[in-house]
Amino acid sequence: MNDTQSLPLIAGLDPAIQIETKRLLASHLDAPVKPAHEGKRAKFWFEETQQNFVAALLDPERPVPDALTSHTARVPEKRFAVYRNNVVTGLTDALASRFPATQRIVGEEFFRAMARLYVTAEPPRSPLLMIYGDTFPDFIARFEPAAEIEYLTDVARIEAARTRAYHAADAVPLDAGSLLDIDESSLGGLRFVPHPSAEIVRSAHPIVTIWAMNAGELPLDAIEDWRGEDALIARPALDVQVRRLPPGGAVFLLSLFSGAPLAAAAAAALDESWEFDLSANLAGVISSGAVCRETLS
Amino acid sequence: MRGSALPVSAGVGFKAEHFRDIVAAKQPLGFFEVHAENYMGAGGLPHAQLAALRADYALSIHGVGLSIGSMRPLDREHLGRLKALCDRYQPESFSEHLAWSSHGDFYYNDLLPLPYTEEILERIVQHIDEVQRVLGRQMLLENPSTYLQFTATTIPEVEFLREIAVRTGCGLLLDVNNVFVQAKNHGTDARGYLKDFPFECVREIHLGGHDEQIDDTGAPLLIDAHGTPVAERVWMLYREVIERAGPVATLIEWDNDVPAWPVLRAEAEKAGGILARTAHASAA
Repeated sequence: MNDTQSLPLIAGLDPAIQIETKRLLASHLDAPVKPAHEGKRAKFWFEETQQNFVAALLDPERPVPDALTSHTARVPEKRFAVYRNNVVTGLTDALASRFPATQRIVGEEFFRAMARLYVTAEPPRSPLLMIYGDTFPDFIARFEPAAEIEYLTDVARIEAARTRAYHAADAVPLDAGSLLDIDESSLGGLRFVPHPSAEIVRSAHPIVTIWAMNAGELPLDAIEDWRGEDALIARPALDVQVRRLPPGGAVFLLSLFSGAPLAAAAAAALDESWEFDLSANLAGVISSGAVCRETLS
Repeated sequence: MRGSALPVSAGVGFKAEHFRDIVAAKQPLGFFEVHAENYMGAGGLPHAQLAALRADYALSIHGVGLSIGSMRPLDREHLGRLKALCDRYQPESFSEHLAWSSHGDFYYNDLLPLPYTEEILERIVQHIDEVQRVLGRQMLLENPSTYLQFTATTIPEVEFLREIAVRTGCGLLLDVNNVFVQAKNHGTDARGYLKDFPFECVREIHLGGHDEQIDDTGAPLLIDAHGTPVAERVWMLYREVIERAGPVATLIEWDNDVPAWPVLRAEAEKAGGILARTAHASAA
């Protein structure tokens, strides 16, 4: 399919972006069918029909595949449209339920138009819908019509991380008591294991505040002090929590997550911010459930 | 191979928003059904809820993403996930659809239709053999609702399903709403469809609501939407099925615009009442 100029445009979105998305779509749908791993397996005629079927599902400009009919219309346009709608609307709905704050910021109409373009450009690669949309924040970052809302990508990153945290493996977080027994001289050598649910999103915008206001956790209000915030997303038990990290907190946690001992992580955090407060951060790390057990180096 | 063995009773498709209501009291239901793919995360609330339900009720795991109707080999990774889920929860039943939902590298999140020919039949038989071998259990195959047909079809759907069951030993999940939808959508007769249905293979029945639209010619087009109560004409068909087949485990599916728990439970109790009366009548 080379005639991308003739494709329908979605109202309100830059035609250049839509043509680019259509080009992406065309390139993956028209890619030659990969040989199966099984080698000598004979190819069914129906495999080609399936290829035409899925290409037409995502692209309303393509004709209804020849192999299809109905007892009424010979070319069952409306009937095929039921499948088109199930696929595109179903996947758009899945994104809307995973990214509600993102939708609230841009409005439903804009969100659904953007999500539809993502669905056609990047359909799911797995039957696990819980992971669908992991690359949506990256798509938003490249999506020119949304570029003026500079913080939108980071809000979407928080929402994507929340779903991953929701489904992450269960693990018992470190409790404060277990640190009491440790000799003060060995504290600096402590290492921690990140909780399976824990993720950090760093932003140049007040992203935790913006997310909370659009997730119904804070009242919508003007933000007077517009400065960057880092988010910690974690699910120590069953509820996913989003916390704003204090100055140096993100570097401190990322160092700990990478396996650095406590003393080195604190030094890295102090490098990042002179306001870094080790005891407050350590207390915060424990109360957030972001780490599991400690090991002595 | 472990046979499918749901209790002969009514059940519902589990929705997380009903969890508190369900565990607050012993429910007059025999089993719950969950969509397998929603429980393939590593941990968290979904597994905590499923484990709690499973402790008190029989369980049916219903897959929606295996794409048994693919002409390419089954997704072994996904089949492995299904096996892990079945091993973990030991459900009384595992079921999937006569449909395809994946092609190439992509998953389309819908149950897409198949032509019915001998070569397609053979491919599906191979896939079901593989599923049953890997899971170590009998699976149930659900009859589809479709919106169009293939010019290549040579075998009637009921015969196609029967032949799959005979060749693989799988059971059938008879969705009575799908029978109704299918007949309306293809200008045939639901009673005619059921006349020769292999009821001896049916281990579970599904009931759900449908939407009504029209096609290009103005003819009715029913959508298997699972967003409303079961239609009265589908209840009538269900009663006829139970009279002929005897009582069979029956599930209410309500996946969209999910109602409050008492509404869904009442729908299931209606099916339970029909099952109990039939069991009583045949015992008398």
